[in-house]
Amino acid sequence: MKIVVTLDVNGEPRQALADGRDTLLQLVRDQLGLTGTKEGCSNGNCGACTVLLDGEPVCACLVLAAEAQGAHVTTIEGVAVGNALHPVQAALIKFGGTQCGFCTPGVVLSAVALLDRVAVPSDADIRYAIAGNICRCTGYGKIVEAIQAVATSRQEASR
Amino acid sequence: MQELHYSRPTTVADAVVALARPDARVLAGGTDLIVQVRENRRQVAHVIDLKRIPELNAITRQADGGWRIGAAASVGRLGRDAAFAAEHHALLDSARLIGSLQIQNRASLGGNVCNAAPSADAVPLLICLGARGVVAGPGGRRTLPIVEIATGPGRSSLAAAEILVAIVVPAQTGRWAAKYLRFTPRREMDIAIAGVGVWLQLDQQSAITGAAITLASVAPTPLVAAAAQTLLVGERLSPKLIAAAAQSAADEARPISDTRGSADYRRQLVAVLTRRALEACAGELGIHGT
Ligand SMILES: Cc1cc2nc3c(=O)[nH]c(=O)nc-3n(C[C@H](O)[C@H](O)[C@H](O)COP(=O)(O)OP(=O)(O)OC[C@H]3O[C@@H](n4cnc5c(N)ncnc54)[C@H](O)[C@@H]3O)c2cc1C
Repeated sequence: MKIVVTLDVNGEPRQALADGRDTLLQLVRDQLGLTGTKEGCSNGNCGACTVLLDGEPVCACLVLAAEAQGAHVTTIEGVAVGNALHPVQAALIKFGGTQCGFCTPGVVLSAVALLDRVAVPSDADIRYAIAGNICRCTGYGKIVEAIQAVATSRQEASR
Repeated sequence: MQELHYSRPTTVADAVVALARPDARVLAGGTDLIVQVRENRRQVAHVIDLKRIPELNAITRQADGGWRIGAAASVGRLGRDAAFAAEHHALLDSARLIGSLQIQNRASLGGNVCNAAPSADAVPLLICLGARGVVAGPGGRRTLPIVEIATGPGRSSLAAAEILVAIVVPAQTGRWAAKYLRFTPRREMDIAIAGVGVWLQLDQQSAITGAAITLASVAPTPLVAAAAQTLLVGERLSPKLIAAAAQSAADEARPISDTRGSADYRRQLVAVLTRRALEACAGELGIHGT
């Protein structure tokens, strides 16, 4: 039995047909064609499938598509404004915080959620916020630096 | 593959009715259940999502100073309740060991309790704090101590058609402190090889009036170290007393050997973690020289 899931994705109303077993990850990638969200481990350990569900980072592989009925979902495709990258994206490029890129969409969304929530995150806040995003390339140092740089420049801009 | 039917009732009564179907299972955050269903470790034909039932999401301070935590409220939401976080930082810290922020934004305390893993990180302090579960079923409601819910790995004392509605943490009185410590090879995203939750209550002269110690990952269920608790009550904290309680807790543990660690290693960990957790409580209560 298919169910019709109506939700808001990246600010646009969307509708998709989902199976009871389908996850939000499958809905986003296979039904909506938003393949920036990656499938890694499929059990919540790697964070490659991180999306924002009503503003909070979650693993899309651990949310049933049916649970997203009426929800607001932000995927990596919804982070940049037109051609202008989100500051977190720009900083990851600048600081070399991305290499193979597989974890990057998830890292960006975890960082965006952190910066929305915490004005001046500490190094520990940043590391905790991305603890659920496994990266096998960078060793995390450059990712942390990039997020820190965004927080610092935002603070300076608000002075 | 078997079809999965999804429903999201908005009342406890409707959820209990839906749960009466064969192969029905309730879903809170899904961080255990969705993995189990996908890996076919559980036969489930109907998932009943509890997150739309207001009572299961509410986090309220009760008139007597206790807290009532809706069984499906996420750990993330619990942490954003400033009054709860201030009073129960130790319990919150233990819940924040669960996976990552992505997991905590879904995972509930009710799920941690009902999934009945011996390694469940939020359960030891719930037990130490004397928390009770409010359970609803076809025959009405009952309450029981949280310690009576898990009966073995993945097995609970709740009947098939019963749901945990809320967890009630009673008002804590006097000078008290709590601490949960676990040991994992990695700091995040790992399962405890052993964990120890400790709760202490002192009178004005710093004599111990209440003590609770609950162990994780060293028995088929969370395990109350009753003899260690008895050693502490009526005494004053000292290095000697702490060492004796730590040794007693280690002796009471009933660990198995598996890929994560041997039984001997787990016992050693229980002694060390019990000592450190007691020392942390002593520090928080302003008792030095222990
Ligand atoms: C990557 C990852 C890391 C994790 N790390 C940890 C960790 O470090 N420590 C730890 O303790 N756990 C960990 N977990 C396990 C899990 O996140 C926790 O046990 C969590 O608290 C489960 O809550 P939930 O709301 O997601 O439960 P669900 O998955 O929704 O439910 C779990 C079980 O309990 C039953 N259940 C749920 N709610 C009720 C209710 N109200 N009444 C009756 N039955 C109910 C369900 O039917 C199911 O069988 C991890 C999980 C993942 C995916």
